Amino acid sequence: MSSTDISLNKDVHHAHDEHDHHHDQNFFEKYIFSQDHKVIAKQFLFAGIFWGFIGGFLSIIFRLQLGWPEATFTFLEPILGNWIVNGKLDPEFYLALVTMHGTIMVFFVLTAGLSGTFSNFLIPLQIGARDMASGFMNMLSFWVFFLASVVMFTSLFIETGPAGGGWTVYPPLSALPQAISGSGLGMTLWLISMALFIVSQLLGGVNYITTVINLRTKGMSMTKLPLTIWSFFLTAILGLLSFPVLLSAALLLIFDRSFGTSFFLSDIYIAGEALANTGGSAILFQHLFWFLGHPEVYIVILPTFGIVSEVIATNSRKPIFGYRAMIGSMLGISLLSFVVWAHHMFVTGMNPFLGSVFMFLTLIIAVPSAVKVFNWLATLWRGNIRFTTAMMYAVAFVSLFISGGLTGIILGNSALDIQLHDTYFVIAHFHLVMGAAAFFGMFCGIYHWFPKMFGRMMDEKLGFIHFWLTFLSAYLVFMPMHYIGIAGFPRRYYSWTGFDAFNTFTDLNSFISIAAILGFTAQLIFLFNFIYSIFKGRRATANPWHSNTLEWTTPVNPGHGNWPGEIPTVYRWPYDYSKPGAPEDYIPQNVPFSQTQSSNLPYERDLE
Amino acid sequence: MITLAIGLSIVLLLVILFLLFRIGTLASIFRGSTQRAVGTTKTSNKVNSFLMLLFLIGGGAAFAWSFADAWDDMNQPLASVHGGWTDSLFWTTMIVIGIVFVITQILLFWYSYKYQHKDEKRAYYYPHNNKLEIVWTMIPAVVMAILVFAGWKTWANITSAAPADAVVVEVMGKQFSWLVRYPGADGKLGEANVHLIDATNEIGVDFSDPNAMDDFMPREIHVPKGKPVLFKIRSRDVIHSVFLPHFRVKMDAVPGMPTKFWFVPTKTTAEMRTETGNSEFNYEMACTEICGRGHFAMRFILVVDEPEEYEEWLASQTPFIEQNPQLLTKFTNDSKDQVVLEKSAEEVKTEL
Repeated sequence: MSSTDISLNKDVHHAHDEHDHHHDQNFFEKYIFSQDHKVIAKQFLFAGIFWGFIGGFLSIIFRLQLGWPEATFTFLEPILGNWIVNGKLDPEFYLALVTMHGTIMVFFVLTAGLSGTFSNFLIPLQIGARDMASGFMNMLSFWVFFLASVVMFTSLFIETGPAGGGWTVYPPLSALPQAISGSGLGMTLWLISMALFIVSQLLGGVNYITTVINLRTKGMSMTKLPLTIWSFFLTAILGLLSFPVLLSAALLLIFDRSFGTSFFLSDIYIAGEALANTGGSAILFQHLFWFLGHPEVYIVILPTFGIVSEVIATNSRKPIFGYRAMIGSMLGISLLSFVVWAHHMFVTGMNPFLGSVFMFLTLIIAVPSAVKVFNWLATLWRGNIRFTTAMMYAVAFVSLFISGGLTGIILGNSALDIQLHDTYFVIAHFHLVMGAAAFFGMFCGIYHWFPKMFGRMMDEKLGFIHFWLTFLSAYLVFMPMHYIGIAGFPRRYYSWTGFDAFNTFTDLNSFISIAAILGFTAQLIFLFNFIYSIFKGRRATANPWHSNTLEWTTPVNPGHGNWPGEIPTVYRWPYDYSKPGAPEDYIPQNVPFSQTQSSNLPYERDLE
Repeated sequence: MITLAIGLSIVLLLVILFLLFRIGTLASIFRGSTQRAVGTTKTSNKVNSFLMLLFLIGGGAAFAWSFADAWDDMNQPLASVHGGWTDSLFWTTMIVIGIVFVITQILLFWYSYKYQHKDEKRAYYYPHNNKLEIVWTMIPAVVMAILVFAGWKTWANITSAAPADAVVVEVMGKQFSWLVRYPGADGKLGEANVHLIDATNEIGVDFSDPNAMDDFMPREIHVPKGKPVLFKIRSRDVIHSVFLPHFRVKMDAVPGMPTKFWFVPTKTTAEMRTETGNSEFNYEMACTEICGRGHFAMRFILVVDEPEEYEEWLASQTPFIEQNPQLLTKFTNDSKDQVVLEKSAEEVKTEL
């Protein structure tokens, strides 16, 4: 019996490789448990958008509290139930809101939603591969993520509330249910969900790396890769190296919570009794957490570096300036991202000498980041810019990245961090540089690759309205937060009115909340445009943006296996835009030099 | 009824918006703009690139105005020596990054406007320029080096060992308030242990330690102006963080790991009241590490006195154990138990 099985498998495999016969997949194989990278990418995208709205909605609830601390919100009672008493938000629920907002946005939207969508969708299409190295693992990656999502989503509805110790879940607060109700079942679910999430990330990451290394089409050397692929590749490496450390931290925390160990607990008296735990270090958790946590910031932002570079080059109709410098700076940022974690811990009582080392290493990151910004500016310079919605988002991304990145130079300085640590200055900084900027990068990617994903165009006019409202509100929300932060307003405060030092800026806080509501409402335009365009959008052409990369050589709706015939061979880098002598202002990667004699540079004349 | 009316008008609004959207789409088909490559149509390119420029100018003006408007509120009055160093380093760095901010944002939006698509134009093929790359790698590197050195110097000064004559104050965070202990006349804090904590002895001071006998626990922190003050910081439950915004002081309170921070106050509370014109002014201590339900309400008053006033205040304080003598009797028994406990703990250790 077994021998027949083996030969049967062989047969299936053969057919799959050749793509000469089409076998009908049922609905489940095609759309639910699909192993096609394009379907999996869309699954991640839908999940990411769903989570984005949840995360955004949570932020609107706590912005209501911060904007109008004296007001009563009885109209929220139907949705919040017991979390709102006589129109007043429960302070622990407020903390749960900020915790879940952070967790959802950082991990579920900007890690899974971003990398999951674009790494999955673009890696095979842009390197010229039929699919991921392992379609099965890829499918598993999504479904494990789905499981993690279900667990996290469930935790929003339990009686003791979701985790409430901040998205960084520092113990002992997160370890002791006596300390905050969110550290009960909510925290258990958080840890289970995150453990599953990490498994999903690792399954995905291994796949991305393997695919980029092994499945590039003929001629696609590493120095002919689009910058998107470089950024996804480095992101996957960062995730693969750092997520296991978070898993270990989460496991040790699970032990401390459930099995009486003392990895992070020591000398604690709470709820009327002294605990037996001794010898643990609360700081150890922070080291482990930020060893992931800092690379995580780059896991969020690196893919958007790639997306934005690609979109800016395409729509400026110019080669990206300093292609190799762009790769070099991404390599530098990736490397440095592993040795700067303790800049989150300058005032934790860590040895001040360590503070000096981490300050130095942190500020070095400004150099490759500056190089990237200068290169984007140089790419725009003397371009012939087409303002597609994606391009608008790319330009705004650069603006937000500058605004948010520069304040990193202040926060990375340990002496200045003393006053600013855990204030709204930090909130403003990271929301601009990795919140808003990463979201803009993601929107940029969605608008740009929508035609390839769904075979239709998104509506450009609605896109512009969505863009301008979002861009405006991003700045209106986060710019004023710097002022509040310089004044020292601490983060995760339910209300500041109890302090004389912090009872200013009430109008500004209301203003920020109004801007946040505006920004959130604007996302409904996006949602409408997105869903409407999937079904009723204008039909796309195969290469609507006149772009060079390989995904635009596929049919309008690429099927399973991506290219109907042979996979195209690559002859040139992806940025031959507006090359002097060429008839068109773009030359796709699969056009050999022998066909472009008129535009070849001296050293290219003898190339194939 | 009102809900229904609101609901209906929202639906109506959405319908109108949808119709407008459909009309716009049809109009663009008639105009033929769908025939051109996206992003090359004249009007939308013009409008968007103009809005980019408008955003730069309008946004820049709004930023400048609001910054100036918020200036007084964002600068907390300063009352410590090292706060002067960090404030000046902060604003120096702000000027440096401000310059970069202005230049890069202007270039970004100006280029977006200036190089908008034109049919007859062709972009300039300019893939790289090594000289330029080296220049704009070196400039930020040099600027960063200067900022790193300035930061190192300030940081090293702030975190250096406290002078031996510093006034010692122990601050302990708990959910959700602060506990404060002074060493008393002997200048030495008595031993403390988390297992000794009860409703009265909230810090868990070991009153079998002679050093603890003169320790006192006031309801406000008092420190003398112009003298170094050393905060010895602990926590007894979760992580808290001592934050004194006016002194530019922040340090986490970590259970199981004592931390410290020392500073020199430069203005008395009375002086600050005259300076700010606020007769109610008080220095406040807040918590800046999320610690639970009452995180936002861990307010504690700190008073800076003239040195002689401080001495008077010091003299007026009575040791904690004198206020709560019943602790001592209970304590002698407890400490015996404690010894027994410790012995049994040691036995366990050797077994392991």
